[in-house]
Amino acid sequence: MADKGEPAVTPESTDAAVSGVEIQLEGVTKRYPGSAEPAVNDVTMTIPAGQLVVLVGPSGCGKTTTMRMINRLIEPTSGRITIGGEDALELDDVRLRRKIGYAIQQAGLFPHFTVAQNIAVVPGLLGWNKKRIAERVDELMDLVGLDVAQFRDRYPRQLSGGQQQRVGVARALAADPPVLLMDEPFGAVDPITRGNLQDELLRLQADLGKTIVFVTHDFDEAVKLGDRIAVLGEASTIQQYDTPEAILANPANDMVAGFVGAGASLKQLTLLRVRDVDYPDLALTADAGESPSELRTRMARAGATYALLVDRRRRPQRWVHVRNLSSATSLANIGRSVGDTVSTQSTLQDALEAILAEGGRAVVTGTRGEYVGMIDIETVTGVLAQLREEHEAAGTDGAGDTGDGAGGRAAAGDGVGPAGGAGAAADPGAGAS
Amino acid sequence: MTLFDYVADRWDRLALQSWLHVSEVVQSTLLAAVIGVLIGVAVYRSPVGSAVATGLASTILTIPSFALLGLLIPVFGLGPTPAVVALVLYALLPITRNTIVGLAGVDPAVTDAAKGIGMGRFSVLTRVELRLAWPAILAGMRVATQMLMGIAVIAAYAKGPGLGGEVFSGLTRAGSANATNQALAGTLGVVILALLLEGVYFLIARFTVSRGIRG
Ligand SMILES: Nc1ncnc2c1ncn2[C@@H]1O[C@H](COP(=O)(O)OP(=O)(O)O)[C@@H](O)[C@H]1O
Ligand SMILES: [Mg+2]
Repeated sequence: MADKGEPAVTPESTDAAVSGVEIQLEGVTKRYPGSAEPAVNDVTMTIPAGQLVVLVGPSGCGKTTTMRMINRLIEPTSGRITIGGEDALELDDVRLRRKIGYAIQQAGLFPHFTVAQNIAVVPGLLGWNKKRIAERVDELMDLVGLDVAQFRDRYPRQLSGGQQQRVGVARALAADPPVLLMDEPFGAVDPITRGNLQDELLRLQADLGKTIVFVTHDFDEAVKLGDRIAVLGEASTIQQYDTPEAILANPANDMVAGFVGAGASLKQLTLLRVRDVDYPDLALTADAGESPSELRTRMARAGATYALLVDRRRRPQRWVHVRNLSSATSLANIGRSVGDTVSTQSTLQDALEAILAEGGRAVVTGTRGEYVGMIDIETVTGVLAQLREEHEAAGTDGAGDTGDGAGGRAAAGDGVGPAGGAGAAADPGAGAS
Repeated sequence: MTLFDYVADRWDRLALQSWLHVSEVVQSTLLAAVIGVLIGVAVYRSPVGSAVATGLASTILTIPSFALLGLLIPVFGLGPTPAVVALVLYALLPITRNTIVGLAGVDPAVTDAAKGIGMGRFSVLTRVELRLAWPAILAGMRVATQMLMGIAVIAAYAKGPGLGGEVFSGLTRAGSANATNQALAGTLGVVILALLLEGVYFLIARFTVSRGIRG
């Protein structure tokens, strides 16, 4: 189940301009002087152009060594590395590095340079003129979400850890390199900031389409970010190299299973969104203007015990039991209000949370908050079972939606779910959530 | 004659000697800085090299200045040369040691990033490492300068230039007219000049140390 050498095509990367290039490692080995065992042993893998590939594995397994051989901060003992078809070992190493973005855990910003000066280093090395560099610095600060006026002239020590990482990413992207190497870049910041930085990396990547090699020991981070994940064992031997969905659904061996850890199914749910699954349009809806007796007739005909009251814009309001109708003179003010709802954008994990809170099923709303269907626990378990089945058959195709990113990949082509159609089609603003 | 009258009376000569004193000390410090930084750069990556360089420089400092001058006079003769050589040798320790400490104290993540984004070896050294070690190097130079201000007085024994001549001649003429005034004027001159140089170092630090790493 190691490198399967698949073509560098994913459905998701078609909407982003791919500016990255393919990286190939062939039989790459690194033996540090004085140690008997190689730190990286005979690694062969292809990192497809424009994809974010995560190298994940326990501490000391050789992730950093593997990554640093790509920009030759470490010289391989043997093997071949090509970047965009060019033999990396033949090129001048300093020039090679100027074409490869590099971001590391402690950010490694130059403390004596301002934010702008830090970002400007590589363009400066490449001999860009002042005006072009200044424009690029502003553009990048914008891109990574740092206010230019506020932060341009600050020094690294005047920034929070998260802000430093943003500058680190901006510096890595400064000369628009096709390839980006990131070694646990978000490892040293608090969980909330880490989550934000991850979301923004996904957003950036959706626009930029770089080839990114991302090292982490955090499997959840790998699942969240990776188009593909390489789970590495001792000496960087590849245990499994596949999409997050495939690895979660069907770990190749015990080591991978151990690394995936408990809650693999729950993690899978974070990769899927409500709009990706078939949820039925089960509820009988009524608006407050309808008379109780009329509704009762409709419910009797449909055999429904509950009806969902919606407002004029079809947003769910209250659940009405058929019992409540006999004594009521109007539908206003009867029934109990709808609790948690999920949107078509929600992850299945959020949906499950709502389903459990609501006692078995939850209302699904579209982009404007309108009722589009119901999702229940069987839908969720059904999806998991189907995934497992798909990936158990050897042919995992890597075509699943890996998108979990805030907006990013998720924003493209957002429509209304299969059971939808309730009014959403008429709204040109749909999708701009 | 009061000290004040004495200084007013001999102002021209004292001013000239003061100027020569400062000039000798500053030039020796600069020369020692060039040598010390080169040594520091050469050895800082190797713990053994660092220990050897610091050890040798410390050994020099343990040689009493009179003895060192006595050893240098047969080699260089009398005059400014043995004095400057002695001063440079003494200044090496604080500068070399601080260079090594400063360079070794640079965050490895910063040099790793510098290399990783494509700076060459020389750029990493001059644009990053030495810039970050600069406050330490400057502090070493400051200590060296202060030390040399005093040692330069002793160097007058080898007929070196500066206020040392005043101090020595005042002391050897003890009891005769104005002997105390002469020795005092020389000594006070050294103290005042040392304070002035402190001020100069403060200004240099202010204008050459990046705000991002200023203490
Ligand atoms: N410069 C080095 N010299 C000798 N051994 C090293 C060096 N760097 C890393 N190693 C060893 O190589 C192995 C892999 O290290 P590394 O690539 O840093 O792992 P990871 O990034 O997965 O934690 C470890 O056993 C480590 O001790
Ligand atoms: Mg590592």
